[in-house]
Amino acid sequence: MKDKEIIARRIAQEIAPGSLVNLGIGLPTMVAQYVDKNDHVFFQSENGVIGIGGFPEGMENPSLTDAGGSFIGVLPGAAAFDSAFSFGLIRGGHLDMTILGGLQVDEQGHLANWIIPGKMVPGMGGAMDLVAGAKRVIVAMTHTAKGNAKLVKSLAFPMTADRRVDLIVTEKAVIQPTEEGLLLKELGPGCTLDEVLSLTDATLIIPDDLPHMDI
Amino acid sequence: MKHPLSVTEAIALIPDGSTIMIGGFMGVGSPLSLIKELVRQGKKSLCVIANDTAQEGAAIGLLIDAHSVNKVIVSHIGTNPETQRQMIAKELEVELSPQGTLAERVRAGGYGLGGILTPTGVNTLAAEGTQLVEVDGESFLLERPLKADFALIKAQQSDYYGNLKYRLTAQNFNPLMAMAAEHVIVEVEEMLPVGCIAPDDVHTPGVLVDMIVKSEAKA
Repeated sequence: MKDKEIIARRIAQEIAPGSLVNLGIGLPTMVAQYVDKNDHVFFQSENGVIGIGGFPEGMENPSLTDAGGSFIGVLPGAAAFDSAFSFGLIRGGHLDMTILGGLQVDEQGHLANWIIPGKMVPGMGGAMDLVAGAKRVIVAMTHTAKGNAKLVKSLAFPMTADRRVDLIVTEKAVIQPTEEGLLLKELGPGCTLDEVLSLTDATLIIPDDLPHMDI
Repeated sequence: MKHPLSVTEAIALIPDGSTIMIGGFMGVGSPLSLIKELVRQGKKSLCVIANDTAQEGAAIGLLIDAHSVNKVIVSHIGTNPETQRQMIAKELEVELSPQGTLAERVRAGGYGLGGILTPTGVNTLAAEGTQLVEVDGESFLLERPLKADFALIKAQQSDYYGNLKYRLTAQNFNPLMAMAAEHVIVEVEEMLPVGCIAPDDVHTPGVLVDMIVKSEAKA
């Protein structure tokens, strides 16, 4: 199984039936394909739609895209709205979960994912609102980037929001930021504790019971 | 009744140096004919308020390519390397605002509010230049309203009163901007007789719209 598939499959298990979920661009988008259609999960895109589903092969509508600008399909029962309403959903406590990519997460559970000063200044887009406003924030990221740990003691890049994220899922581990620090919850398929520790700069809290992901 | 103007007539009314809001999200729901005409007429020193600058060679990206813009207020420039290049070369001033904050600032401008309080951006770089306000023990940023001289927006349908209906995710910032500018120019796909858009289906009432042009762009 590829790294990104491991991450997407594991995060899909976190999504409750009937919930409203916003998926970030890239890896988070993959999560949708592992969610059971019978769960009636509602996927939002912040450019103004609830009810994303399926790819409209040959039926692309130029007025229907996701926040990454890709053509999307919507399911019967979808709804479209303006940007103020869309972010009202996000900030107003109506969004059950957002799943976002990450550059780094620190020991306080703070996420950095919108700027590498001097190198990459894409802008925050909707990320700051999503992290500040969603009921639950899940970070989907590979455990390292070019060999460098992404779980760090303190952020090298500006943080996205002054809020502790709720869960971090990599191909190597599931980690829950807590008041006391980063709690290691699960290991990735075929991973050992030593391997995770060697690829992590942040201090991890190691529980007695440490299962592998059941995916 | 408002009879559609030509794209050339409508854009000729916009002076250099104007602040203009442009609807759209990465080009979807952007008034492409109006944008192309801004470039063709060689407008200069514009301040553009929009969600993003799309890509090089596309939608608002065309204005960046043509150096028509001195300043942008946007939430995202990651899809347009030329915007980033001009920003680093100090040819273009870029003010970044979180997307939900940007939407609310435009809404506040149009709704006559003195600003909005948002939890987004507290203790981050987005807080620079804003005021921290405590309400019942919670922290918010005071974000100022945005207004413009012109709003260039895009709708699917208009009647001859200027009542507008948008389509799907092409709606985005368009209805907010229709409230927030001195002059509102809408580019539409389809003109309908008055009465053909049911009252419940009107997203933007025609009283807000000053000029209508028929889109010359392919959808």
